[in-house]
Amino acid sequence: MLKAVILIGGPQKGTRFRPLSLDTPKPLFPIAGIPLIQHHVEACAKLEACKEILIIGAYTTNTMAQFVSDMQKEYHVIIRYLQEFTPLGTGGGLYHFRDQVRAGNPSAFFLLNGDVCADFPLKELWHFHEERTNALVTIMGTEATRQQSVHYGCMVREPATKSVTHYVEKPNSYVSTLINCGVYVCSLQVFQTMAESFQRKQDVFYSGNGQTSPDSGYMSFEQDVLMQLAGTNKLYAMQVTTWWSQVKTAGSAIYANRHYLELHRDRVSKETPCTILPDVFVHPTANVDSTAVIGPNVSIGAGVTIKAGVRIKESIVLNNATVNEHALVMYSVVGQEASVGEWSRVEGTPSDPDPNKPFAKMDNTPLFNTDGRLNPSITILGAGVVVPAETILLNSIVLPHKHLTRSFKHEIIL
Amino acid sequence: MCGSDKKLGEIRALILVGGYGTRLRPLTLSRPKPLVEFANKPILLHQIEALVEAGVTQVILAVSYRADDMERELTEEVSKLGVSLTFSHENEPLGTAGPLALARELLSASPEPFFVLNSDVICDFPFKELAKFHRNHGKEGTIVVTKVEEPSKYGVVLYKEDGQIDSFIEKPQEFISNKINAGMYILNPSVLSRIELRPMSIEKEVFPFMATDGQLFAMELQGFWMDVGQPKDFLTGMCLYLTSLRQKNSKQLYDGTGVVGNVLIDPTATIGKGCRIGPNVTIGPDVVIEDGACIKRSTILRGACVRQHAWLDGCIVGWRSVVGRWVRMENCTVLGEDVIVKDELYVNGGQVLPHKSIAMSVPEPQIIM
Repeated sequence: MLKAVILIGGPQKGTRFRPLSLDTPKPLFPIAGIPLIQHHVEACAKLEACKEILIIGAYTTNTMAQFVSDMQKEYHVIIRYLQEFTPLGTGGGLYHFRDQVRAGNPSAFFLLNGDVCADFPLKELWHFHEERTNALVTIMGTEATRQQSVHYGCMVREPATKSVTHYVEKPNSYVSTLINCGVYVCSLQVFQTMAESFQRKQDVFYSGNGQTSPDSGYMSFEQDVLMQLAGTNKLYAMQVTTWWSQVKTAGSAIYANRHYLELHRDRVSKETPCTILPDVFVHPTANVDSTAVIGPNVSIGAGVTIKAGVRIKESIVLNNATVNEHALVMYSVVGQEASVGEWSRVEGTPSDPDPNKPFAKMDNTPLFNTDGRLNPSITILGAGVVVPAETILLNSIVLPHKHLTRSFKHEIIL
Repeated sequence: MCGSDKKLGEIRALILVGGYGTRLRPLTLSRPKPLVEFANKPILLHQIEALVEAGVTQVILAVSYRADDMERELTEEVSKLGVSLTFSHENEPLGTAGPLALARELLSASPEPFFVLNSDVICDFPFKELAKFHRNHGKEGTIVVTKVEEPSKYGVVLYKEDGQIDSFIEKPQEFISNKINAGMYILNPSVLSRIELRPMSIEKEVFPFMATDGQLFAMELQGFWMDVGQPKDFLTGMCLYLTSLRQKNSKQLYDGTGVVGNVLIDPTATIGKGCRIGPNVTIGPDVVIEDGACIKRSTILRGACVRQHAWLDGCIVGWRSVVGRWVRMENCTVLGEDVIVKDELYVNGGQVLPHKSIAMSVPEPQIIM
């Protein structure tokens, strides 16, 4: 029997995903028509041997209840949400709920970061792990460019056995182009290593009279577990070449949307309400005029209204939004209940990885450049935003419930 | 009154067509400026028609550039109006006065006064009143003056209550007057003795001396006036012209579903379903506006095509150009002849040279070579 743990963090995390995360917690933000972490749930549920999925985070149980119950119904697998009393880091939460993970004595468990998107090859990862009897943790790794690798956990492997001889998180200088994808298989004995790390942390905490660390239960899986295990022949890495990306900034949502749509082509209904340039997801309850042209890379949420002559590409339109006649929406996210006026143009700048560089990842550039100017990014309309007719909104971010009265370019509108 | 009308019939007119029309590029790279259609009619024809209306029978065009094009296009058009067209070719640009000396023989063939006008001017041409006013004061010349909001950009004219001009002041820093030279004159042949055959400015080297001699009068223009020599003013002039057309003869203006305000549409143009055209739009012959397009304050020249769901505000679309689907163009964008703007692009203040295909948005004003 196997289990899976999905780490989703809390509302203090994922702020770079604002304003999209102001209305919907980032783990529940729809990518390709389903919540971000439903892709994780689906990958786990596909494995026959996986009997329970535990979601650990600092969001309130209320926030997650509906999602958990929906997943329960859809995938017929035990799914539970475990709320951390305080943010405990990527390792602390897992260690805190270790008894829940160990219950039933699974032979191993998957550990997935909630903010990554991938074609999760869980079965291969599990076999890889199983073949290496002394492995405590197997990391899914992927190739990055030399320049970008330093923003991730970097690994050096022993070429024959694939055991990780060196692990460093976000190094200052180049270490390796093999990076940690935030997807793991762990044996239950990993909790022994965690216990030792935990004890060390406690010692430091109490010898420093509680002044040294914000919370005695705080633990980083990368720093306090993976780095300890590197070079002990208990840590392995399996390199994959399939698609993988982090979802840090709002811009990465559009990129992730494209790949998930491609992966889930089977999910897309054969009936097309209008001219569709694949890949496109249109929720069955959306009301789309037959003269609209949609795609590529578009997700249209539930209850959305798309009027005559509308053009949408490279965008996500969230539930109950309205796009009026002749409007154009590209490289943008249109928030829930937002409305775009007729003949308006809502346009952002794509922030996809450089297609000419092999292994390039999303850059996750900050909102502002060093001159304090807004970096070009996708355009985002928060929930309930109203864009008047015949205006243009270019590379701008509009916070929820703002009623605009004119055109804006390269601005954040509070 | 009959007698005075007959006298008007002997009046000649000289139009200062001049040079390359660089200010109206990229349109003037394909056609000489006087032939560029303003409100579906070449700029020059607006002037010639008004002159004919006032009884002028001979029009002299002072040209220094692309005269053949103009001769070919205009001769037939103008002969229908019952007026003879004479071309006076300059070998070098002679300014605003020199061309009068070059055409001295034609202009002094009769003792009657003659009209002179700059070719960029569009207004309610007041030629009849001008001739009458001129005869009444009996001096050598009369210039038409018009009121402008920002006189500091121009040369202003100071004159007495009866119209006699005291002086001209170039680009005044302090407000002195809001009346400027409107680029239309009536002059007696005797004025020719003040002009030499060399590059010479009528405003600086002729009029001030006539004013000093007490020989120059000003007549105030009623109604709108615009120098349409550059795209921004071309569009402003179009708005004024259409407004005046509405006041005078709204039958020429288009009236139908999807049309807002003053709109001129050639009968050979086709307009799709669900469009919103206007206010202040001119659509030329053989133009195709596809379904769901929105066009405001723009001129679409002959044979151009605006495809579905495009949105245009403040644009001049050149002959046979194609504006793609869901394109947004604004802020004085000018497409030269046969330009293609691909689907879904944004063009903000682009000046696009002829025969260019645009595949990338132009988010800030720039010239596309």
